[in-house]
Amino acid sequence: MSTIYILWLRQLKRYFRSKSRIVGSLGQPLLFLLAFGFGFGQVYQKAGGGNYINFLAPGIVAMGIIFTALFSGIEIIWDRQFGFLKETLVAPVSRLKIMLGRTLGGATVASLQGLIVLLLSLVVGFRPHSIIFLPLALVFIFLISLLFTALGTAIASLLSDMQGFQLIMNFLIMPLFFLSGALFPLDGLPKALTAITVANPLSYGVDGLRHTLTGLSHFGLITDFTVLGVITVIILVVGSYLFSKIQI
Amino acid sequence: MDKNIIEVRGLTKKFDDFVAVDNISFVVGEGEIFAFLGPNGAGKTTTIKILTTILQPTSGKILINGSDPQTEQNDVRRSFGIVFQDPSLDDELTALENMEFHGVLYKVPKEIRQKRIEELLKYVELWDRRNELVKKFSGGMKRRLEVARGLIHHPKILFLDEPTLGLDPQTRNHIWNYIKGLNQTEKMTVFLTTHYMEEADKIAHRIAVIDRGKIVAVGTSAELKAKTKTNSLEEAFLALTGNTIREQEVNSTDHLRMMRRMHH
Repeated sequence: MSTIYILWLRQLKRYFRSKSRIVGSLGQPLLFLLAFGFGFGQVYQKAGGGNYINFLAPGIVAMGIIFTALFSGIEIIWDRQFGFLKETLVAPVSRLKIMLGRTLGGATVASLQGLIVLLLSLVVGFRPHSIIFLPLALVFIFLISLLFTALGTAIASLLSDMQGFQLIMNFLIMPLFFLSGALFPLDGLPKALTAITVANPLSYGVDGLRHTLTGLSHFGLITDFTVLGVITVIILVVGSYLFSKIQI
Repeated sequence: MDKNIIEVRGLTKKFDDFVAVDNISFVVGEGEIFAFLGPNGAGKTTTIKILTTILQPTSGKILINGSDPQTEQNDVRRSFGIVFQDPSLDDELTALENMEFHGVLYKVPKEIRQKRIEELLKYVELWDRRNELVKKFSGGMKRRLEVARGLIHHPKILFLDEPTLGLDPQTRNHIWNYIKGLNQTEKMTVFLTTHYMEEADKIAHRIAVIDRGKIVAVGTSAELKAKTKTNSLEEAFLALTGNTIREQEVNSTDHLRMMRRMHH
């Protein structure tokens, strides 16, 4: 337990100490919220969709989360390059615990980032439909965080330097986000697009958040929770395996 | 020295078709101070990485404190401490936090941990700056902190990969005195690599000279000098490994380090 705790604590300390990172990674979600929210608000309303900011905000919260989560996971590459990873890998503790501690830390950080985005969206005009579902929304925030931190960890375990990192960021984060239903409703899409969105785990995260925050739902809460939960467990298992195989 | 605490037989490590370590064998007795000397790229660090479980050998048999680093990793990890050649501190944490982190990972009980951390930080003269972030430290201060950190859990075997690189003679002397003390009081075995010949001469009981992945000579400093008919260890070393300068490849890590240095 102490191993997991100290690694978790390290992630949090690093997060709170890099104020520029906290602020920096809020820029993009905020830009999306303002530009899309107000830009498409009129069109969306005229088309009978209702308040677009309300529709969009949960998707932007998810965006804030996956950015931070994947980056937290991928920090392992950084630690490998600057040597700190060695310090943890030669210690007489199981790699599983190291991986879990890091991932839980990263997921906590990503959840905090998601909460900040949620608070910002309240300022911009987002109104959740009820307070009762808020604890459930927090569960979804943490699940999304956990899934994508573990995914980052798994990917970072396979890479030895930053070369492949940009590639993955551009070909993973952006498609995951754009094809998740964060920006548009998933009903009545072309077949190919539907197939992609259904296969995208983030779709269930966004849907779960949207359901708990605004009451709008596409898949239903049980489906959202089950799919996210199962995929998180699978990625955690795969990630732990890959992490245990790291050589320096 | 009744018992061998490190046994290496026929160790080979290949990276694609480059042979970094070429069929080396040696033993280190319990309580011994054993030095690995060799030019850049001789295979010193690769050997240490394999002995300390973070790199898998291509072939060969290794026993560290009776356990195999390939299959009984946790037993092996419990038995040693290491000061790496490259920096391995967390820059975003303070000196004290880096020490604490290590102590907790190695399950050193809290009271002992706090006592030793204070003692070690005072010894390397960083106690007054314990609450400063490591990124504000100079190279020498970081080095001192790394050495101090490697000693928190009083390991049975201490691996030191060029631990005193970049330190002034006073500090080097100071650190070696502490390590020698632990070697005597706790029978701690020390496996070190260094480029400072006079250090190896003074500290090590036995020395192995490694070049191009092969061990070319093993023995006490006196034996090596006698063997090569030279007067100093440095001359003996040059006689054994030749005078050509070895180029070390610049890898992506170095580039990245440079990039980060520019950004800070």
